[in-house]
Amino acid sequence: MVTYIFRRLVTAALILLGASYFVYLLTAASGDPLEQFRANPTPQKQALMDARTELLQLDTPAPLRYFKWFGGAVQCVIPFANTCDLGKNIAGQPVTEALGNALIQTLTLVTGATVLAILIGITLGIITALRQYSTLDYGVTFMAFLFFSLPIFWVAVLLKEFGAIGFNNFLRNPEVPLTVALGIGVVAGVLIAVAAGGPMKRRLLAGAVAFAFVTAVLIYFSATEWFKTPGLGPVIIAIAGVGIAFAVTLLSAGLKNRKALQSALISVGVGVVLYFLLQPLLNEATFVMIVLLAIAFVLIGMGIGYLVGGYDRGQSMRAAAITSFLVGFLILLDRYMQAWPTYFNNSRVRGRPIATIGATTPNIQGDFWVLSLDSFTHLILPTLALILISLASYTRFTRSSMLEIMNMDYIRTARAKGLSERTVVMRHAFRNALIPIATIVAFDIGALIGGAVITETVFSVRGMGFLFLDGIAHVDPNPVMGVFICVAITAMVFNLIADLAYSALDPRVRVKS
Amino acid sequence: MAEDAASRISAAAGIEPVLEAKGLSQGQIVRKRFLGHSGAIVGLVVFALIFVVAFTSVGYLGIPGWWKYTHEQVSPLVNDGAPTSSLWPLAWGEHPFGQDRIGRDLFAMTMRGAQQSITIMIVIGLIAGLIGVVVGAISGYFRGWAEAILMRVTDVIIIIPALLLAAVMAQLAGRRDQGSWFASFTSTNGVLALGIFLGLISWVALARLMRGEFLSLREREFVDAARISGASNARIIFKHILPNAVGVLIVNVTLTMSAAILTETALSYLGVGVKAPDTSLGLLISQNQQAFATRPWLFWFPGMFIVLICLSINFIGDGLRDAFDPRQKKFNAKKAKEHGGPAVQASAVTGVDAPEQEGFRPEGPGHDGPVDGTRGQ
Repeated sequence: MVTYIFRRLVTAALILLGASYFVYLLTAASGDPLEQFRANPTPQKQALMDARTELLQLDTPAPLRYFKWFGGAVQCVIPFANTCDLGKNIAGQPVTEALGNALIQTLTLVTGATVLAILIGITLGIITALRQYSTLDYGVTFMAFLFFSLPIFWVAVLLKEFGAIGFNNFLRNPEVPLTVALGIGVVAGVLIAVAAGGPMKRRLLAGAVAFAFVTAVLIYFSATEWFKTPGLGPVIIAIAGVGIAFAVTLLSAGLKNRKALQSALISVGVGVVLYFLLQPLLNEATFVMIVLLAIAFVLIGMGIGYLVGGYDRGQSMRAAAITSFLVGFLILLDRYMQAWPTYFNNSRVRGRPIATIGATTPNIQGDFWVLSLDSFTHLILPTLALILISLASYTRFTRSSMLEIMNMDYIRTARAKGLSERTVVMRHAFRNALIPIATIVAFDIGALIGGAVITETVFSVRGMGFLFLDGIAHVDPNPVMGVFICVAITAMVFNLIADLAYSALDPRVRVKS
Repeated sequence: MAEDAASRISAAAGIEPVLEAKGLSQGQIVRKRFLGHSGAIVGLVVFALIFVVAFTSVGYLGIPGWWKYTHEQVSPLVNDGAPTSSLWPLAWGEHPFGQDRIGRDLFAMTMRGAQQSITIMIVIGLIAGLIGVVVGAISGYFRGWAEAILMRVTDVIIIIPALLLAAVMAQLAGRRDQGSWFASFTSTNGVLALGIFLGLISWVALARLMRGEFLSLREREFVDAARISGASNARIIFKHILPNAVGVLIVNVTLTMSAAILTETALSYLGVGVKAPDTSLGLLISQNQQAFATRPWLFWFPGMFIVLICLSINFIGDGLRDAFDPRQKKFNAKKAKEHGGPAVQASAVTGVDAPEQEGFRPEGPGHDGPVDGTRGQ
């Protein structure tokens, strides 16, 4: 095992060396960094050219300049020496500094989108696998192919037009006409009826309930101008919490496990009480506090589960902890909604909250809630675009993996010995289906930071992709090399992790040492 | 062998592999399965329509087309450039897709762009397929030093970003004043050069897959038998192994081609693909995205054509995969329902999954085995 890892790392280092040399030469060969000065008629022409030659060491030919760069870059490997030197970009800024900023921008952009795409994709994949050859399956399959065929820049422009400009116009006067409310209700009803499955009567009932619910909610929202002053309030949190408690218990322990259901419901009650207690504290919120509160909610849930106990304490604890976490999330959501009017009327936002470009509104001021709302409104469109594009592969992959598992003999055995369908699906099938998915997830996380060149361009986010494109445009090898090295190293490391994870999760697969 | 493979499959409700495969050659089975895949047929028809219309309407390689405008021709604005076509009453009009600000006909431009995209896609598919097969075959069949070197080269190329290479090529092609053969070639055949170039970097995933196929096939008995009876290496590779790997090859070339369309449009959008005097679907969107509020049609039609081409290729690839996959069991939902039995279903592996993953598993459960082991003899 150690031999295998060692060998992989050495190979990776050699590949990286070769590839980086190649990339350096290509970037250097792609154009003339002095071009903008050549046509310059002013007398400082020579001085400017000399300054840039000095800065980028252009007097050394590129094949040799690479080794100068390499000498600096190699120092990054020495731990804690803080002598990392990736050279300077064309403006004289150290590349390590530019990389740091770009990395933060890219990660905030891509992380949320990837996590959501993985969660939604796996869920859809499992549902379509369990309902193979249903209308839902065909619909999702077609949508997956469609999303897979969409060019992201096209989607991005559409989202800007309808998601940002259209929605902002709507927010100016948030009234949903009765016909539109009915229309959306019908669409929701049909979707639910298709997704519900089972006998026709059940489908129609589910569709009708969904139609009535959605239409009523929209009419209520329109009448109370909810979109201008949104909020959940304790009552909705309590009702939604009870729903969450039942759903979580159903999936994690089964409704027959009364103790688990009780502990989940108790944690909802505790959550609603905490809603009132936390309000003053949340006014002073910081990011760290939110994280600590999230951990606290999980611990409270586990404590409730432990105290309720029963013959299977672990299951109660799990159900209560997940429920408690989700109720905590609802409380957070409610607090964000409370901050919405302040953000909406902010002098910088001026009632057009959904942004089309950038990562923050310039010069915006406000408390934690306003600032984080600001970054959410900037992130929402690129995140949507990225989710749409990457959803398809997760859905299809999970579906085929799940189908393969559901045909295994041990699934038949599990059914034959009388296990409930929930146990068969969630415990025997789902966990095994996750093995191949784990590897592609690891691989995608490795590709995260190189991620979204086009998305960054369309939404003007100054992340890694921007740095890379900018470097190419100005024939500036150092930033290009910096981005390339970061991307290549993470990709290779996660590639190795994916291989190791596969062999750790699936004992049939062994790495060769 | 094909019948063997088929008869292994239990005849559950709605699945009739034995009947389906009886007395048919491998090619006939594949054709039959492909034609039974309605998504693939629709994809094929749509793609054929786009192909024919795109190449005949505005002409290609100097041959004039039947459409009255070309993509460069400026004509007076009709109806302020809005599309003149309508569904009811069904009419084509003067400028069915509308015109841009200076009066060029959008139908002609879109068709020209579709031509370019399809050309690039086919060139990429051919080149990537060819190099991928050669590299994969050599490294998988001969192993040893050849494999080590070729696979390391593959590793290096796979981590070099395509965007950088495209930018470098665009820069080199842009220097027309230098008068090198490369610059003069790219200035007259920009699209072809881009396709060749993208083909030269997108063979790597294919090479890995083909190597995997060759690694497993070369251990089979029919290869040993061929070798004992004195067949040369070339004969074993081309006559015995390659026909068995052709399914994986075709499917993945198709998927490479559908990805290539998106790559080309993205590169053109970023300004390093097809350049301005000529046009492409990505370039059209890039040029017109600011005009969305005033002339939305300039944006809708090229985008729809990208999606249509890519979608139809993906469906064709899906159909091919189902047709070539030996594990695939033909499932008929109606018959299963009539039998009323529990349907044993196959894993319908489709378009967007698995292919690029297989290369990364250490010893993952790979392909089940050859389709037709005795074909070469």
